[in-house]
Amino acid sequence: MPDAPFAVQMENIVIRFPGVLANDHVNFTLKQGEIHALLGENGAGKSTLMSALSGLYKPTSGIIRVSGKPVSFNSPKDAIAAGIGMVHQHFMLVPTQTVTENILLGLDTPRFFMNLPAYDGKVLALQEQFGLRVDPTAKIWQLSVGEQQRVEILKTLYRGANVLIFDEPTAVLAPAEIAGFIETMRSLVAQGKSIIFISHKLQEVEAVADRITVLRKGKVTAEGFLMAGLDRAKLAQLMVGRDVVFAVKKDVQEPGGTILEVRNLQAANNKGTPALRGVDLSIRAGEILGIAGVAGNGQSELAECITGLRVCEKGSVQVDGRELANQPPIAAIQSGVSHIPEDRTRVGSAPNLTITDNVIMKHYRAAPIGNGRTIDAGQATQYAQELKRTYDILAPSVRTLARKLSGGNLQKVILSREITANPRLIVAVQPTRGLDVGAVEAIQEHLLAQRRQGTAILLISEELEELLTLSDRIAVLYDGRVMGVAEAATASVEEIGLMMMGTVQEA
Amino acid sequence: MRFPVTLLIEKRTDEIPGWLPAATSIGSVIAAFVVSGVVLALIGANPLIVYQFFFKATFGSWPALSDTIVKATPLIMVGLACAVAFKMKLWNIGAEGQLYLGAFFASTVVLVPLVPPESPKWLVLTAMVVMGMIGGAIWGFIPGYLKAKFDVNEIISTLMLNYVAILWNNFWIFDRWSDAGFQMTPTFVRTAWLPRLSDYAREYRMFSGITLHLGVIFGLVAAIVVWWVLSRSRWGYEIRLIGDNPHAARYAGLNIARNVVLVMMFSGALAGLAGMSEVSGVVHRLQERISPGYGFTGIIVAWLAKLNPFAVILVAILFGALIVAGREVQPSGISQMIQGFVLFAVISSDVLLRYSIRLVRAAPVEESA
Repeated sequence: MPDAPFAVQMENIVIRFPGVLANDHVNFTLKQGEIHALLGENGAGKSTLMSALSGLYKPTSGIIRVSGKPVSFNSPKDAIAAGIGMVHQHFMLVPTQTVTENILLGLDTPRFFMNLPAYDGKVLALQEQFGLRVDPTAKIWQLSVGEQQRVEILKTLYRGANVLIFDEPTAVLAPAEIAGFIETMRSLVAQGKSIIFISHKLQEVEAVADRITVLRKGKVTAEGFLMAGLDRAKLAQLMVGRDVVFAVKKDVQEPGGTILEVRNLQAANNKGTPALRGVDLSIRAGEILGIAGVAGNGQSELAECITGLRVCEKGSVQVDGRELANQPPIAAIQSGVSHIPEDRTRVGSAPNLTITDNVIMKHYRAAPIGNGRTIDAGQATQYAQELKRTYDILAPSVRTLARKLSGGNLQKVILSREITANPRLIVAVQPTRGLDVGAVEAIQEHLLAQRRQGTAILLISEELEELLTLSDRIAVLYDGRVMGVAEAATASVEEIGLMMMGTVQEA
Repeated sequence: MRFPVTLLIEKRTDEIPGWLPAATSIGSVIAAFVVSGVVLALIGANPLIVYQFFFKATFGSWPALSDTIVKATPLIMVGLACAVAFKMKLWNIGAEGQLYLGAFFASTVVLVPLVPPESPKWLVLTAMVVMGMIGGAIWGFIPGYLKAKFDVNEIISTLMLNYVAILWNNFWIFDRWSDAGFQMTPTFVRTAWLPRLSDYAREYRMFSGITLHLGVIFGLVAAIVVWWVLSRSRWGYEIRLIGDNPHAARYAGLNIARNVVLVMMFSGALAGLAGMSEVSGVVHRLQERISPGYGFTGIIVAWLAKLNPFAVILVAILFGALIVAGREVQPSGISQMIQGFVLFAVISSDVLLRYSIRLVRAAPVEESA
C-alpha cells in the first residue's frame, strides 16, 4: 500500500469565510485502499475540508484531484459523480420508507414505476459484497442506529462511491456496535474502497487507521503520518498543540454530609414502559458518583427525575432534605441542582438566541441580571463576556447565536452557566460525549474543581475510563435497577463490565 | 449540451449582515410593484399612470395621507397582536375575532351603559379602552387555556372563535341594540368618540375633513410597549426562549402553560384595542363588518415585518395605502393583486437570507473512469 496510487489529492487548499480562515494551505492525500484518519479539535477545519471534497463548498484557492485528475465540484452531485460519498454524522433518511426506497431516493432510475422487489435484489447483492446486512424491505424507523448507519453506507456505495468519508461515525453508536463498524471499514478497504475517517476517539484511530493527518486551527500539523510508530499521547499532542494529561488528577478528599438521597425511585420512559424499577442512591458533598451502564438502562430517566423533568411514579428524591420528586423543574433549580443535559442542542440551549441569552437562562430572574420586571442588558452582556473569557468559549462575540457554536464550545456555554449557579448538586449526563481531547480535559477539570468545592456530582457516562478517573464511587444501572456500587479506586473494568451485563455483585 | 452558466445556491454559513433583511424586504416590495406593473401593462393600462394615481390617492395630499393612516391604525394593532403571539410560536389566527369582541366590549360602555351617559369624555374613553382590551383578552384566554390545559391546537380554536365572535356581534346589532331595524346600533354619544383632527377644524382650517383620530397614537404606544416587553423585559426573554426552544425553556424552569395563556391574552388585548379604536374612532357605533378582515391582514403584516414591532408600523401603512387605493382604482382587485405579489415576494425573499446565490460557470463535462 505505501506506493499505491492516490485516490484523492488536495493541494494548498484555502477556504476563507468572512473573518475566519477555516483552511490555511492544507495538503491532504488519500491512497487507494487505505483508511486515513483526519484528526483535530472541534473547529480545527476538518469538516470544512471534507465539505470541499464532497462538493458543499468551493475552496477559495487550491487544487483537488481525484484519481490524478483535477476536479471542480459545484455541488455534492458532482462529487458523487466523481465517486466521493460522505456519510454524515446525522443520518439523512426517511423514517417511514424502506431501506431500498431510501437508497433509491433522488436517483434518476427507477423513473416512475418503482418495481421495488427488483431493486431489493440489487441492494441485497451489494450487501453481500460488502458484508453490510440490513433487511431491504424494513422501514428505517424499525432499525437500530447501527443498522441505519449501514443504510447510509449502502446509499453511497450504490451511487458508486470509491472514496467514503465518515464524519465521526462512532459518536452515535453503542460500544457493541463500534466493533462491528470497525469490521465494516476493514471489509470496505479490502474491496478496494478508500476511507477518510474523522474521529475524536484516539483508541479507534489507533485501532484502524493506516495513516493520519492532523489539523489544528486550520493548518496541518501532521500530514499523512504513518500510524505505526505513533501513540495516543503523541496524537493528542499533535491535535491540541501541547501535552494532554490523560488522567486528570483527582485529590483524595473526605466527602461531607449527604446532599442527594434517592429512595426506591420508579419511573416510566417515553414509551410508557418501566425505566426505573426502584433505584436507591446517595451522594455526599464533594463526592462524584458515577453511573455506568449500557445506554437505555434508565440513566436518562434518572437524571430527568432528579431535575424535575420527568414524572416519578414512586419513591423520593431529596436534595438537602427537600423533596423534589414530581416538583416542577424550578424547584430543583432553586434547591441548587444544576443539570448538564444529555442533549445539548435540544434541551441545553436555545439555538437562535445569542450566547448571552443562553448563559442567563437560569440567572435572569435574580439580581444583578434580573432587575424587577426588566433584564439589565449591560449586566447580562458583562456576565456573558466574563464566562466567555473564564471558560475559554471560542466565538466572535457574546452576540453569536448558539447554533453557530461547535459542540465543545456549546458544551462550555452550558457548563459555565450550570457551574456559576453555585450548585449543591450537579447532574452531568454524558458531559464529554463527542468532544475533542482538549475540551474533554477542560470539562473534566471543571467538574473536579467543583468536587473540591464540596459540590455533589452525579456523573452519567458511557465512557468507563472517564467514570473510573473522575468518580469516587460507581453505581451500575441495569434494566432500571442498581446492580451494585463499586469504589472507583479499587474497581476493575471487568467487575463493572459484568454488572453492566446484569450479573449481580456483592455490594 | 449543458448550459454554460449555472446558478449555485449555497446555504449561508456566515453571519448575515444586519442591513440585509431590511434590504430584501424593501427590494421585494419594489419587485412586487414591478411585476404588478407588467400585469397592468398586459391589460392595456399604463402602469406609471396607475401608480402615480395610487400615490396621489394614498399619500398625495393631507386628507389622502390621513385616510391611509386611518386604515393603517387597526392594522398596526392587530399586526402587533400577531407578532407577540408568533414570537412564542403561538399561531394566533384569531385576531379578527378578538378585534370584534374588543369592539363589542368597548360598545357596552355606551350601550349598556356601563358609565352614566353624562360622564366626561376622558372617563368614557378610558372605560372603552379598558373594556376593549378585556374583551380581546377573553377571546385570547379561551384558546390559550385550552392549549395550556388540554393541548388543543390553537390554530383551529382561534380560527373557529372568529366566527363565534362575529355571530355574537350580529346577535346584538340585529336584535338587541338594532337601530330601528337596521343592522347597526344607534350612533354613540359624542363623548364616546375618539378625538379627530377635523374636530379642531374651526381653530385650524387645515384640519377640515381630516379624519385622523387618536387611535393611531394607541397603535404607536402599543408598538413601543410591545418592543419594550419583547426586548427589555424578563417576560419578553421568557417569550423568546419558549419560542425558540420550549424544551430548553422547561429545563430552565419556565412555566410554559402559564405563558401560553398570558401571551394569548396579551395578543388578544392588542387586537381588542384595535376593535375599540374602530368603533370609537371611525364608525362611532357597533355595526356589521366593522373589519374587512383586518385580523387576517394582521397576520401578513406581522410576518412581513419579521415580527419587529416598529417594522409592523411601516408595513401596516403600506397595507393601509393598498386598501385606500383599492377604493380609488377600478377594478378594485388591482390593489389586492399587488398585496398578493408583495406577500409572495417577501416570503420568497427569505431564500436570500438563508442561502447565498451566485452564478458560476459550469464545470467542463468529465467522464469518470
